[in-house]
Amino acid sequence: MTPTKNIEPLWWGLFSAGGVVAAFLVPIHILIFGFAIPLGWLTDTGLIYRYLLIKIYLFVLISLPLYHWAHRFYFAVNDMRLGVPRKPLAIFCYGGAVVGTVAAALVLLMV
Amino acid sequence: MGSKMSGTRPDKSKLYHPQMPATWWLQKSSYLLFMLRELSSVFIAIFLIVYLVQIYQLTRGPEAYTAFAQNLSSPGWVVFHFLALLFSLFHSITWFQSTAVVMPLRIGARELPRQLMTGLNIAALIAVSIVILIFFNMLRG
Amino acid sequence: MADPTVTLNVTRYRPGQDQAPTSQRYTIPYKTDWVVLDALNYIKDQMDGTLSYRWSCRMGVCGSCGMMVNGVPKLTCAAFLRDYHDQEIRVEPLMNFPVIRDLVIDLSDFMDKLKSVKPWIIRKTEKPVSEGEYLQSPAELESYKQFTQCINCMLCYAACPVYGLEPDFIGPAAIALGYRYNMDSRDEGKDSRKDILTGHDGVWQCTFVGECSEVCPKHVDPAAAIQRTKVDAAKDWFKSYLLPWGQK
Repeated sequence: MTPTKNIEPLWWGLFSAGGVVAAFLVPIHILIFGFAIPLGWLTDTGLIYRYLLIKIYLFVLISLPLYHWAHRFYFAVNDMRLGVPRKPLAIFCYGGAVVGTVAAALVLLMV
Repeated sequence: MGSKMSGTRPDKSKLYHPQMPATWWLQKSSYLLFMLRELSSVFIAIFLIVYLVQIYQLTRGPEAYTAFAQNLSSPGWVVFHFLALLFSLFHSITWFQSTAVVMPLRIGARELPRQLMTGLNIAALIAVSIVILIFFNMLRG
Repeated sequence: MADPTVTLNVTRYRPGQDQAPTSQRYTIPYKTDWVVLDALNYIKDQMDGTLSYRWSCRMGVCGSCGMMVNGVPKLTCAAFLRDYHDQEIRVEPLMNFPVIRDLVIDLSDFMDKLKSVKPWIIRKTEKPVSEGEYLQSPAELESYKQFTQCINCMLCYAACPVYGLEPDFIGPAAIALGYRYNMDSRDEGKDSRKDILTGHDGVWQCTFVGECSEVCPKHVDPAAAIQRTKVDAAKDWFKSYLLPWGQK
């Protein structure tokens, strides 16, 4: 029998998944969308975002690493002893990740 | 006999309690690298939000999308993306090293060297990146 | 030509007299085969009998002589003077622990935490002696053997910034020992360790800095034990929500 279940494994699981996604996928996306497109090495008409599979892929790429950030940032700010109270920090971090997830879903549905 | 000394428990009132300074992570290179690894997640998150905003521009028309990409060619943004790339690769390498600790490769009961797992993951990162580049090139229109 | 010497800068703290620790320098003969413990013993025997510190086996198996040597947690019986001697050697009590006197720290917090993970074989039913021994294959032994090597020296606690920042954190050695018993095929006590290991002060406080495994003199790799416990606990947690019918 378990007392009130600890929520910690949920955040850690999402942090872990986000870490894997970020580790394998983010570097090439920075190269393409942070360098190649803005500096004109590659052109992009935006056609690629119409595919459903691409939308799903991008949803995973953008939302999961946000939970990775939330968990790491929450612990890092606490460890740096910056005097930020825990509850508001938690809401900013984990709530922020949720907001980002919703925003990503909306944008990818609309585009 | 005023002392509260016992065999295993010291007199608590006379203990000195050291305090960890808030700058603890600046005092050792291993701690500093740890904190930089944690903060790499900030660059990754900001990049992804900027990317999401970039995609959002398409809902406002193709000119908005091109204008935004133009914006990103400014020196400030190029520097940001350069730093983001460095931190993102730092995250990837340290993540693969951590994975090797948590889930080492095994033959039977014997653990293979951890650098092997890390190396295989880096190879996979390169392979996946090439595949994504190819797909992007095919589908970008 | 004078015989070579080396200077040790040693923390002093006299309970009831000093408000905070100070330090005292001792210049002693330098011998290439001495360790820091030999230097401390020389100081205590020949120069200053008031210096207090713990030691016992002087060969790296008892875990008594852990101290900070130039800011790094070390067993002083394993820290050779020749690796430090061209500078002054700073010897301080093990970090993140209250100081009783000089280099002697209060270990009661660690002892309590160690007990809390129930570091012994727990059986639902004991096998009577007449039925023979518990059999264990070499592979089964291999799966937990390195975690049995812990000598409770607490260098990992001194290296762990989380333990320094969050004193309620169970800490590397205690978690590694809980993992050791969970992984032992003879043990049936995983459930009774769950609350402590996967509770708020357990594995989830760890941010995988990894310094604990770096300083461990017996290569126990507590960081690996902690992360594997997290994976295990997370799997159980997700399973209990996604597949609830499997639960007791």
